[in-house]
Amino acid sequence: MPGKKRLVHYLNQFFGQIGGEEEADIPPRAKTGPVGPGVALQAALGDSVDIVGTVICGDNYINERPGTAVPEVMKQIRALSPDIVVVGPAFNAGRYGLACGMVAKAVSEELNLPVVGGMFPENPGIELYRQYLYAVETGGSAAGMRKAVGAMAEIIRRLVNGEEIGTPEEEGYIPRGLRKNVWHQQRGAERAVGMLLKKIRQEPLATEYPMPRYDRVTPAPPIQDMSQAKIALITTGGIVPSENPDRIESSSASHYGRYNLYGMDRLPAEEFQTVHGGYDPTYANQDPNRVLPLDAMRILERDGVFQRLYHYYFATVGNGTSVAKAARFATDIAVELKEAKVDGVILTST
Amino acid sequence: MVKQLEKAGIPAVHICTIVPISMTVGANRIVPAVAIPHPLGRPGESVEEEVELRLQLLRTALDGLQQEVEGPTVIERETRTPERKVLNAAK
Repeated sequence: MPGKKRLVHYLNQFFGQIGGEEEADIPPRAKTGPVGPGVALQAALGDSVDIVGTVICGDNYINERPGTAVPEVMKQIRALSPDIVVVGPAFNAGRYGLACGMVAKAVSEELNLPVVGGMFPENPGIELYRQYLYAVETGGSAAGMRKAVGAMAEIIRRLVNGEEIGTPEEEGYIPRGLRKNVWHQQRGAERAVGMLLKKIRQEPLATEYPMPRYDRVTPAPPIQDMSQAKIALITTGGIVPSENPDRIESSSASHYGRYNLYGMDRLPAEEFQTVHGGYDPTYANQDPNRVLPLDAMRILERDGVFQRLYHYYFATVGNGTSVAKAARFATDIAVELKEAKVDGVILTST
Repeated sequence: MVKQLEKAGIPAVHICTIVPISMTVGANRIVPAVAIPHPLGRPGESVEEEVELRLQLLRTALDGLQQEVEGPTVIERETRTPERKVLNAAK
């Protein structure tokens, strides 16, 4: 129907209804019409916008080879001739959020089209790609799908109608970090003095521009003599003893465990497992040393490359675990490592 | 987590697959891993080949702990200096 705007939807293997972790390696493919959450989105959009096709790609496929995978996805998107592209919503799924962000960037730069999506603010996709899409703020899980779809439909409608999109606060999307010049009734000098007076009177005030926090850490000094060094292992891949005695959660871990490596040359598969809920556990359960590399560390220790492996390793689950909690785990672990005179750490993540 | 360790003065290397996350969040010493479900392994290879792969990744990581870095740095396998190779061979 002439005049109807064409929307192309990008989804991962799970929301694209292909499968779970076991299908995370699938290359991109296109399907006609809406799929999964696209169906709800189409219903919310009504008649003026047509979801003409859905491009589905495995989260591992695109994250492990973005240089080739993103162009493949773009080829499929281009073939559908969209007026607008929607990605996700990805909620707090890290790999999916990154995938959505990469696609948003490519669509934005190569096709010069608007992109709409939805993510939880802590999703790494936001950190890296926030400026390339209007991402509505969602909760941490797909339980918020209906609300997310509704909010996305609203922004999509406005964009295809050529309407102005207001500020993040007004419209409910995550700030994109882009600056827009606007006319204000008062001059800057007046506003600044007004703010200062409020501050002096200890009245509430709102900054016009939050100062960016560049949270960089000065690198710790390198180890001078590795042959004398004590090294500790940590993993966020969720490798724990089989019974998970500390009940580490498979998502949003609330704590970490420390496990004794004394006398062990490798992690036997019968005694260890992964409890991380965010990746296919098959390979880690077959051989936990693929995530917590005890066997190889013992070889290097025996060869004298370093002096000694710390007899405890620390494990938690990185799946959806909050930044603040993870930082606290590490601060606590650092106290123990300093007392034990550990010289360096190798931390493995999945 | 590696940032907190470094803040406490302990050099730390992050072996991870999605390097962009680690770089943006600001880990200073990063070693790219093999794949998300098996960062230090390659199913399909023999156990010996996998252990050899693991040794290479860990040697790179240990190298990273000995390197002076100025900010988020990806430590690649080829950055091992010849002198260091000799040092390790002598042990």
